[in-house]
Amino acid sequence: MLKEYELQVKGLRTSFFTDDGEVPAVDDVDFYVREGEILGIVGESGCGKSVTSLSVMGLIPKPPGKIVGGEILFKGEDLVHASEKRMRKLRGNDIAMIFQEPMTSLNPLFTIGDQLVEALLTHKKVNKKQARQKAVEKMKLVGLPRAEELLDDYPHQLSGGMRQRVMIAMALMCDPKVLIADEPTTALDVTIQKQILKLMRELNKKLNMAIIMITHDLGVVAEVCDRVTVMYSGKVVEESDVKTIFKNPQHPYTKGLLASIPDIRDKVDTLYSIPGNVPKPGSIKRGCRFAPRCQFAFDRCFEEDPELYEVSEPNHLARCFLLDEEGEQQ
Amino acid sequence: MTAYIIRRILMLFPVLFGMSVLVFSIIYLIPGNPAQIMLGQRATPEAIAEVEKQLGLDQPFYIQYFDYVGNLLTGDLGTSIKTKGAVAAELFPHLLATVELTIVAMTIAIFIGVNAGIISAWLHNTIADYAVMVFALVGVSMPVFWLGLMEQYIFAVELSWLPSTSRTNALTDVNPITHLYLIDTLIQGEYAQFKDVLRHIILPSVALATIPMAIIARITRSSMLDVMKSDYIRTARAKGVKGFIVVYKHSLRNAVIPVMTVIGLQAGLLLGGAILTETIFGWPGLGRYIYDAIQARDYPVIQSGILVVATIFVFINLIVDLLYAVVDPRIKYN
Repeated sequence: MLKEYELQVKGLRTSFFTDDGEVPAVDDVDFYVREGEILGIVGESGCGKSVTSLSVMGLIPKPPGKIVGGEILFKGEDLVHASEKRMRKLRGNDIAMIFQEPMTSLNPLFTIGDQLVEALLTHKKVNKKQARQKAVEKMKLVGLPRAEELLDDYPHQLSGGMRQRVMIAMALMCDPKVLIADEPTTALDVTIQKQILKLMRELNKKLNMAIIMITHDLGVVAEVCDRVTVMYSGKVVEESDVKTIFKNPQHPYTKGLLASIPDIRDKVDTLYSIPGNVPKPGSIKRGCRFAPRCQFAFDRCFEEDPELYEVSEPNHLARCFLLDEEGEQQ
Repeated sequence: MTAYIIRRILMLFPVLFGMSVLVFSIIYLIPGNPAQIMLGQRATPEAIAEVEKQLGLDQPFYIQYFDYVGNLLTGDLGTSIKTKGAVAAELFPHLLATVELTIVAMTIAIFIGVNAGIISAWLHNTIADYAVMVFALVGVSMPVFWLGLMEQYIFAVELSWLPSTSRTNALTDVNPITHLYLIDTLIQGEYAQFKDVLRHIILPSVALATIPMAIIARITRSSMLDVMKSDYIRTARAKGVKGFIVVYKHSLRNAVIPVMTVIGLQAGLLLGGAILTETIFGWPGLGRYIYDAIQARDYPVIQSGILVVATIFVFINLIVDLLYAVVDPRIKYN
């Protein structure tokens, strides 16, 4: 039997209200993640990945941001309408997050130890000594050497890779059920990236924790994720398990992303890239948002917004009229 | 840390040397013969020669300078031409009167200014934020002499709540130990005198606090706004830390360095003697003392007054620099 959903997002819509009106950054997004599963959310910069994760954490800066619709269910509890007090209890305790920039995500003026124990002291009834012990334990878990000494160091004394390990250890302090990792390896160099990804995979297995891995890098997805959701301009455009998406991508955007991965065996002069840029949120009022960049686009794509269509494999969905069999027959 | 402190203290010497040369040279900036000008048009040549000898003006320049610095190092700030008394002994009580006023004024300015700035940043773009910013703008724009006069008119003349001038009532005779009357009266258990001293210090210190308070509020606000956008603040919130702790622990400590700089500069300015405020409130402070010396062309007093003010300014900035290293661990390693 399939495991229960740890976190389920249904029809999430998050907008920013600016002087130019409402800008929908996340527009009707659905996804879920089960216990012990790693879900990848993939897309280019500006497609709404980070806003989605901040919405789940209740950390959208408001104003100008606001969740205008949909549901975020954590073990069935709606977080969209939860009080700030309730959200604070969940943050760092049940749902933890790590960020893209390890260099700036740690407070420069407090020791590593202070920052690690803070989450634990906030959420659990423990004394300082117990909290420090737990911090050492988590630092060892994420593979940080000489953990006891590191506790009294300041962030500027650590390398980028070590800081990201500290961030991960910090997120694990309260044994969260869900870990959201927003581009955790983007700012690191390649060898460190590999280590961090391997670590995330190990932690997922060891702790049976659900992980949402937000990335623009399909290589990361291939390496660690079980399932993947592809986002484009605030919408989910394709969703399936990892093998399927690499073997049989359906949405032209996903195909484009896959084609953009350089292959060392191909001897080509220029690398492939999808022409154009991600449209500014809210700039496309009608039709499929990918249509202006899509080589398969036809009239209908510019008129109507496609829904998510089922593809032949189970649990494989894509938002493209090419998959609309009834439409073709009409 | 020790290396940083030593380095920072060594940097004082060139500054102090430059200062002493400048202050020493003041006497040469006077057009004509300084002795003549001090004594006036009808002075006899004997009297002028006497003053020249007293000032050492008959010696070569460098000997005069070394004598001067040598005297300074033994605590001798020269002799007042007007009163014939030792400048050091006369200046000291005035200096401490100003120090007391400055401490009270800066305490008010820091407490209200920093908190107003924090609230303003925390409630960014709300009515509270706008209100604080309007008050801060009014605060920096208001001439201090006008504010002082208005305070006197309202609280002393119309309401008769507080005394308008002087450090104490005529009948209050504080026995000076530290010359900081609030402390002197307290340690001697003279609570009636303490109350009197406190009542006298309120109006001038509030007048003096207004501009620093407004500047501190504005700096705190902009510095806090910068910090509150940073990644580590988001991290703290993602940990589930309470808003109050995010603001007062995580943000304030990061935002405080520019605020400390401004506090240091403002405190230095106030200690330099707030001539206007001290004059309006009849406060026997350093500003008044130097002002009177300028009126009387009492050059030794002017020189020493300026030297003391400049030295205080330098040392306050030294303290601020050392505090940077306490707040920010990264500074020690640079």
